Order: sequence, then C-alpha cells, then structure tokens
Amino acid sequence: MLNYVIRRLLVAVPTLLILIIICFYLMQTAPGGPFTSERPLPPQVLANIEAKYGLDQPHYKQLYNYVVGIVTQFDFGPSYQYKDRSVNDIISQGFPVTLTYGFISFVVATIVGVSLGVIAAIRHNTALDYIAVGATFSAQALPNFVMAPILIYVFTLKLGLLPGGGWNGGQWQYLVMPVIALSTSFFASVARITRSSMLEVLNSNFIRTARAKGLPETTIIWRHALKPTLMPVVSYLGPAFVGMITGSVVIDIYFSTGGIGRFYVNSALNRDYAVMLGLTILYGGLTVLFNLLTDLLYAWLDPKIRY
Amino acid sequence: MGMVKDPERVEAIADNIADAREVKGRSLWQDAMGRFVHNKAAVGSVFILAGILLFTIVGPYFAVWSNEEIDWARMANVADVGQPSYENGHFFGLDSIGRDLYSRTIQGTLTSLMVGVVGASVAVVIGTLYGAISGFVGGWIDNAMMRTVDILIAIPYMFVIILLMVIFERSLIMLFVGIGLFSWLDMSRIVRGQTLALKHKEFIEAARAAGVGWFVIVVRHIMPNLMGVVVVYATLLVPGMIMAESFISFLGLGVQEPNTSLGALISDGAGTIMYNQIWQLAIPLTFFLTIVISLFFIGDGLRDALDPKDR
Amino acid sequence: MKMTSKTLVGALLATTLIASPLYAAGTHPSTGEALADNQSFTYRLLDEHSSVDPQIVEDTSGADIVRDLFEGLYNQDADGNLVPGVALSHTTNDAKDVYTFSLRDNAKWSNGDAVTAGDFVYGWRRLLDPATASPYAWFGELMSIEGASAVLAGEADPSTLGVTAVDDHTLEVKLTASLPYFALMTTHGSTFPTHQATVEAHGDQWTKPENIVSNGAYVLTEHVPSERSVRVRNSMYWDNDNTILETITSLVINDENVALTRYLAGELDKTDVPAGQYPKLNAEYPDQAHSNPRLCNYYYTFNMSGNGNPAFDDVRVREALSLAVDRSVITDAVLQGGQFQAYTFTPGLTAGFVTPDVPSASMTQAERDAKAMELMAEAGYGADNPLKFDMLYNTSEGHKKIAIAMSQMWKQKLGAEAVLANQEWKTFLETRGNQDFELARGAWCGDYNEASTFLDLLDSGSGYNDGKFNSARVDELLTMAKTSSDTQPLYTEIEQIIATEIPVIPVYHYTRVMMLQEDVKGWPFENIEQNVYSKDLYVVAE
Repeated sequence: MLNYVIRRLLVAVPTLLILIIICFYLMQTAPGGPFTSERPLPPQVLANIEAKYGLDQPHYKQLYNYVVGIVTQFDFGPSYQYKDRSVNDIISQGFPVTLTYGFISFVVATIVGVSLGVIAAIRHNTALDYIAVGATFSAQALPNFVMAPILIYVFTLKLGLLPGGGWNGGQWQYLVMPVIALSTSFFASVARITRSSMLEVLNSNFIRTARAKGLPETTIIWRHALKPTLMPVVSYLGPAFVGMITGSVVIDIYFSTGGIGRFYVNSALNRDYAVMLGLTILYGGLTVLFNLLTDLLYAWLDPKIRY
Repeated sequence: MGMVKDPERVEAIADNIADAREVKGRSLWQDAMGRFVHNKAAVGSVFILAGILLFTIVGPYFAVWSNEEIDWARMANVADVGQPSYENGHFFGLDSIGRDLYSRTIQGTLTSLMVGVVGASVAVVIGTLYGAISGFVGGWIDNAMMRTVDILIAIPYMFVIILLMVIFERSLIMLFVGIGLFSWLDMSRIVRGQTLALKHKEFIEAARAAGVGWFVIVVRHIMPNLMGVVVVYATLLVPGMIMAESFISFLGLGVQEPNTSLGALISDGAGTIMYNQIWQLAIPLTFFLTIVISLFFIGDGLRDALDPKDR
Repeated sequence: MKMTSKTLVGALLATTLIASPLYAAGTHPSTGEALADNQSFTYRLLDEHSSVDPQIVEDTSGADIVRDLFEGLYNQDADGNLVPGVALSHTTNDAKDVYTFSLRDNAKWSNGDAVTAGDFVYGWRRLLDPATASPYAWFGELMSIEGASAVLAGEADPSTLGVTAVDDHTLEVKLTASLPYFALMTTHGSTFPTHQATVEAHGDQWTKPENIVSNGAYVLTEHVPSERSVRVRNSMYWDNDNTILETITSLVINDENVALTRYLAGELDKTDVPAGQYPKLNAEYPDQAHSNPRLCNYYYTFNMSGNGNPAFDDVRVREALSLAVDRSVITDAVLQGGQFQAYTFTPGLTAGFVTPDVPSASMTQAERDAKAMELMAEAGYGADNPLKFDMLYNTSEGHKKIAIAMSQMWKQKLGAEAVLANQEWKTFLETRGNQDFELARGAWCGDYNEASTFLDLLDSGSGYNDGKFNSARVDELLTMAKTSSDTQPLYTEIEQIIATEIPVIPVYHYTRVMMLQEDVKGWPFENIEQNVYSKDLYVVAE
C-alpha cells in the first residue's frame, strides 16, 4: 500500500506540470490581457509594464521562469490586478478561509446526507423515506445563489441574529450562513446516492443470507451493508469536493468572506495570469490528493480491491 | 427398434417438448419495462415531464405577449403592476424589465430541458464507458486515464468557454459543446469506483474463465450492474447542467438575449426577492423543481426496474 | 448586535479620551451640531481595489481610499472648488506654462517626517518612470509636463522631468503647452506625493498596513483583500484638529442587493442603490436616498472604421437609430435614478460647459420617431428589407436592461433587428478595441471637470476612439481648444458636428444614486466629480 501511495504522489508531479502547461497556453490564447483596460495604455506605458513583469519574453521562457520560481523559492509570482500583493499573499490569506468553511460544509453535508440516505433506504416507501427525499428536493430547489440572499434577508435584516457577511478572523457567527448555504447544495446529492446505493445493497444475496441467519437489523446495516453502500458515495465525494470549491465562489460573492473562490473567477476575468496559475495548481493538487484519498478509501471499504 | 415400448406415446411427448421450446423467452429489457410500467410514481413522472414538454410546444399559442416584447406601460412599476394576471395577458406576470414571464418561461424551459438532456446524455454515454474501461482494465492505463480526468477537472473551465466563444461563433451548438465537455468527468469517476468493486465479483471471474473478451465483459456484464448508480447520478446531473448554463451565458457563450433559460430566470428572480417580486423566482423555480422531482421518480423507477438482483 | 455596539462605543470613548482632542460627545466647530460618540463610517465597495499606491491606483474605489490616505497640492471643497491641501497657493506666468506652488510648512508624514516639495518631485517622477510601470502615466503626459513623453518612452532619465523643488516649500512645474486649468489636475490621485524612503525600503510591499507611510488625514491599519479595508485618524496630519471621523471601514460586497439588505440591517452607513429601486427607497427613506449628478456619460458607438456594418455608412441610418431611442424610458423606467437624458456627448453640468441646442433635443419623442421612420424608409430599409446588426455590450445587469430596451424600441418603431451580444469585460475591450463590432456600448467618466476630457475621445488620433470617428474639423477644433481662452464656441461646434454626423448615440448622463445614513453629514453632494474627503465628514448625535 505504501508503495502505491508513493507511486501516486510521484505521478502527481508530471500531472501538475502538464496542467500548468495547458493552462498557461490556454490563458495566453484568450483575448485580452491583464492590462487591457477601458483607457488603453499608450504603447510605451504598456511596453514598460510588460517589461516589468517579464511578459515580453517568449512563452516558453516565461513558463520556465515560472516553474523554476516555484520550485526554488516557492514564489508563485505577482498579481497584476492587485499590485501590492503577490500570489503567495493572496493564497495564504484566502485559502484558510475557504478551507475552513469548505471543510465544515463538507463534513456537515456528508454526515447529514449519509444519515438521510440510510434512513430513507431502511424505511423505504414509508413516511420517513418521503420526508427524507422531500428534504433533498427542498435543498435542490434552493441552489446556493438563491439561498444566500434569502439567508441574509432573514437572519440579518429580519431577525438581526447574524452578521450579513465578512470573515473577521473566522468567528462562528460569520461561519453559520456560509456553511448552511454551501452544505445545502451537496447533502441532497449525497443523500440520494446513499439511498439508492443502500437499496441495491439491501437487495443483494449476502444481505439476504445475513437476514436468513437471523442477524439483528442494526448489525446488518452497520456491519454488512454500510461499507459497500459507501462506495459510490465516496466516488461522489471527489466531484463534491471540486464542486464545493466552485460553489465557494458564490459564497464569497454573497458573504464577502475573502476566500479564494472569488479570486479564482476574478483572476480569469482579469487575466491575472499568475494568480490563475497559482490557484489552478492549488486546485489541481487538491484534486489529485483527494482522489488518492478516495482510492485508498475504496480499498478500505471493499477488501477485494487491491492496488 | 428394441427399447421403445410405446412409440406413439414417445412421439406425443416429443411433440410436447417441441411445442414447449417455442414459448417465447422474455428478455431482460422486457422484464425491466414491465417492472417500470408498474411503478406508478415513475410512470406518473414520465407523464408530467411529457406534459411540461407539451406545454412548451402548445403554450405559445395561448400567449398574448412574445418573449421579448417589453410592456412599456408597466415596465416602470413592475413591483406594483407586474403580478401574474389573466386580464392583461401576463399569465405569469412580468420579469424585472417588463417582459412577459409566461412566454419567457416557456422558451426558457425548452432550452433548459435540451441542455439537461444533452449534458446528461453525454455524461452517461462517454462517462460510463470511460470510467468502466478505466476501472476494469486497471494498472497503469487506469492511472493514466484517471490522471487525465484529474487534469481536465482542474483546468479553469472559464477559459475554455471564453476560447470557444471567440473561436467559434456564439450558438446553441456551442453551448452544448461547452456543457458536454465537462459533464462526463464526474460520472467517469463514479463509474470507475463502482467498477473497481464489481470486477472482483464471482460472476465476472466466471465470465473471464469462460473466455469472454474484456470489452464484452465491460459492456455486457459490468455496465448493466452500474445502471443503478448511473441513473441516479444522471438525474442529479440535469439540474446541475441547468444551473451551469446560466454561468456560461454570463460569460457570453450561451443563450443570448432575448432568449433565456430556466437558470437565467431563476438567477434573475433571486435578485428581486427583497423587492416583493416573488413570482419572478417562484414560477421558474416551480418548473425547475417539477423537472427535478419527476427525474427523481423516473430515476428511482429505472433503477428498480434495471436492478438485475431484484426479486 | 446591540450589546457589541455599546461596548464598542465604550472602548472608543476610552481610547479617544487618551489619544486625541475630544470630539466625542462634543459639537462641530463650525456648524455647532452635537456630535455622536461613535465617529465611525462604514461603506460598501463593489470590488476590491487594485492598490493604494497613488501612482498605481486606477479604479475609483481605490482613488477614494488614496484621497484619505494621502494629500496632494490641492483638495476640493464640497462644491468642487480648489482649496489648499499641501499647497497654500500658486502663481503662474502669462503664458500659463510655468506654475509655482508654495507649500505649507507644517505638513507631516505619518512617521513625523516633514512633507517637502521634494516628495512631490519624487512622486511625479515616479509616475512617469518606466520602472514603476504606472497605468496612469498617461495622465502625466496629459498634464503636459516638460519632458514627460521622453521619460515615459525611456529615452530620458526621470530627473530631466520639468518639476523642480526650488526649496523645501516651493515646487516649480514647467509645461510644454499652455494649460489654464492645470491647477485643477492636481486633485488627481496620481499627483500625490510618496515617501521615498519607505518605497525604497519595501518595494512593492510598501503599501501594506505595517509598512505604509502617508501624509493624508488617515492611515491604513487593516487590509484584508476582498473583505475589508480600515483606515484610522492620522495624528500627524497638519489639519488633524479639524478631522472628526475616527475610523473608516470599507467592506467589499459584490452583490448590490445584499449590500442594500445589510445597509437596511444597520451594518453599513452608505451603499449604492440598485437600478430601478430609487423611487421606492426615496419614498420610504427620503432622508437617506440621494441622487446627484456625476461626471460620466453613457453611449453607443458605431464602428466607422470601414469594416463595420455597411448599413452604418449611411448617416440617415445612424440618425434614425439615434432618434428612435426614447431616452425618457431609459432614465425614468429602467434606471429610475434621476439620470439625465443625453443628446450631447458632454454632460450638461460639466464646469464651464453650456449644452448647445441640438435639434433632436427639442423635438417630442413622437416627432423623433416620425423622423426616424422617414429616414429609414429613405435609406431603403423597412418591413421587406429590415435592418439587421450586432449590438455589443459588456456583461452586467444594468447594461443588459438598457440594451434590451433599446433593441425593442428599434424593433417596434423601425422593424430593425438588433442582435444582442454580451461579452465579459476583457473580451469586450479587445473586441471593441480591434474594431470587431458594429454597434458597441461605451461610457466615459471625466478625469477633470472640463469638457475636453470627454470631447478628446472623438479625436481621430485618440487611443480611446474605438469607433474610429474621423473628422478633420473636430481634430482642428480640439487642438484650438487647448490654448484658447474662450472654449465654449469651439465645444458647441464640436457637439453640433457630433449631432449631425452621429458617430455615437448618447444615451444618458450618470447620477450617483446612493443610500446614506441621515446622521452622516458633510457629504459633497454638489461636487459633480464626486470626490469625497472623509476628513470633511462627521456623524451627528441622534
């Protein structure tokens, strides 16, 4: 197993490199640049600026310098949009924010989702099933960009209980609404996948055998049905995590948390190349790591899976 | 000559057996169809979806206003006079600029249904095949295929969309291309996970022992067993596609004014809730929710029907 | 929430008792109003600003913050007139190409150093120095400082720039052309001084709260990008005794509806009013809703470069489209924020500008529509040959609504089909900048309060003339206006040429529409450039 983990981590390096190269060229081909503005800069000024940032060099050289900068000094470059910040500044300030509310939302969505799904499956076609499924419908009906303004309207304006946005170092009052809005988008899918998966598992032969042997229902659920049920759920957690990151953009916009989601979208729209690349590497790295974790989880859930 | 004591009786039995062999067997799909048709909720949902589709086709004949005409007299005062009303022809009320929400909802629903179907279809076909092959073959091929998916997931999707818009002219086809490009990625991961669990099961071993080729195993043995997860995830994808489309339109690639989509209508409606124009959100959201719920029941029904282990 | 503001007030009282002259629970020195204990002001920013470096900042929200942190030669009072800043007065020669500013001797940086003429020399050289790569370096060229172009091109050393510190308190500027309104330009952020030692010690990081040294009424104490920025009283400021507000916080809130919700919940003292909501808010909160003219215009430009839509080569088509736009619908039904209908390119309230009478302005809309239909028929377009063209705008709710309204007007009155296309900002700029459009949206905010800041856009050689309008006479008039003492007849003629040739369709002139808590006083509503100085604001007691 350790061998496997090491191999996967080693493969991550060329994976990320390919990602960097693709993104770099993708960005260069998109129309407009970081300094395209309503008041177009006179040619000399533009030339000055490009010289300052090394943008006048050939692409492969820029790419090379960029990678070398990361590897040797862990320097991800400057931001062209926010002139007094570097990419390292932006990530070190924004990533903890996104990680905090993202992780909490993730945990909440998973726990609530799996619980609802299991309950719905065990009590298939009863009132509990309908209530649980109904809850997922309500959640799906309220995508986060609908839920966010409603939450602020209710909790900040009407009830005056919670601050309407901001981060303030991450005190709990500033976490509540972002977590509610973000986790709601996900527990619905988790619940449904869990429910459908468990329904299938409960129909399989080995469960029938366990029942025939007279095992109590709780033992059957916990000891025999749960692990195979979780396989597709674990698979979904990977995309869910990525989705959480893209969903965090909406949270950042509505709740002004200063997380990196908004920087990600903005850097694409502003053609802020270094920030874009830096955040892409971050996401790419997290995706690779996450997928490695889920693959390891598969092995734990299903003893027959071996790498 | 010697053993048969009663040749007539033997012949009668032989005839019976011959007849018996002519009874038609039932295929798996017919079985599934039968089970599906008995699921009242699923069938009901199919009718509801068909009803919505019918509404988008027939609805325009009852429309008093087109989907782009601005009601000049009422546009300045939408919060007060823009509610749904039968008399002034705005059955669903006005949107925030003063256009008829009825016609716009019809046109938007049709667009979103297409987007959802295309996105889900691409995801199901490409994603399932890709994930199943990757999971089944395993080894370094699996690694390479999945790392490719990782890269594709991590690429800033916005740039791809912007590039598509610049290189190819803006059109509905391009919107489908844009959606199709990414919708299969998550499905492939889920399918691969399931495949990893399935490929160690005894019946696969048996098929291998019988000498069945790997591709045939994937298509005829693994994929039917994946149907449950695939169907459920596909029904979850559709609402996601509908919402993703509104983001793509924001970038300029997708549906352009005066055409609209459910995602855009919901997005616009969400911005006006505090100004007492709730119908602008409630109506498209109702259509959206109906589609989502119908898909759930259909998905559940399909999963029940296709599950080879069931009953 | 109520508990925390009480403790906050208590803490503020305690600190102000120790730290600075007592304004808490005092009265305003000139108006005598009773002042509130809590002198803090929180307002909304649409988006994170690019920087607070005076020579680098390029957006309005950043400029507002820079105006609080730094001080230039002159400031503006509430009506937009010049009042002394670091400079007490100035003299100029007859040719108006040499300006001499006398600086006060008690201006200090936040670390105690004195503000000298040398700091201005350093700042202005820095603005034009290629090494700084300032996006506003063109403003230095616009100011016509001697040697600016050479320095900018990298051909001359910044020390050759025509600014000199005659002594610590006298600044001399030599210009290459005669500019009567040069002093007006010194209120612009890019002309503010910078502290040389700090910039050299910290490089790009000098504007971080822990490093920054500034000479304005406030210092930067906290900056969390995309969340908030906090500035606090600068006790070293020469006029600190007259500064009343203690703390100013700007919060970044992207969604304007959420911002309004938070304003109504009491978390903000000022926010922007979403389009169309002003009448209701004004009815419900008449003392808080404000609509004041702003020095910006909004227009659509035809592509006259030759590769646009050939139909637009016919001036009758252009005129018909311009006439058929019912501007009152846009200002009164779509925006509803007190905006002004525009028939000229320059806003009517620009200083020293008198809006000339153009024929379309005095017709009724029915007359305009009739004439428009007539012109279209003459040009050969109608039901059997409808005009079809692309209409480009950048992604935004507001622009979308206006574009939709305009396209519908054209469809109903002229049968013309405008194909709407929105692009995100950078792509839009590229497309428009490469003349890859037929009809595109544009807007311009004046850099200084004089008509040339708008009309220069239509100069055939201007880098901002994306429609590539080319009129020799307009070019001639614009050059003459630079040195003339009576510019109005020239500007009138230019506007009349615009009204005849119709290279652009002026739509409306901006207003700033905002909500401001009624206990905040001192806001410069009459200043059309909307330059706000927080040191002039104060909070009165309930």
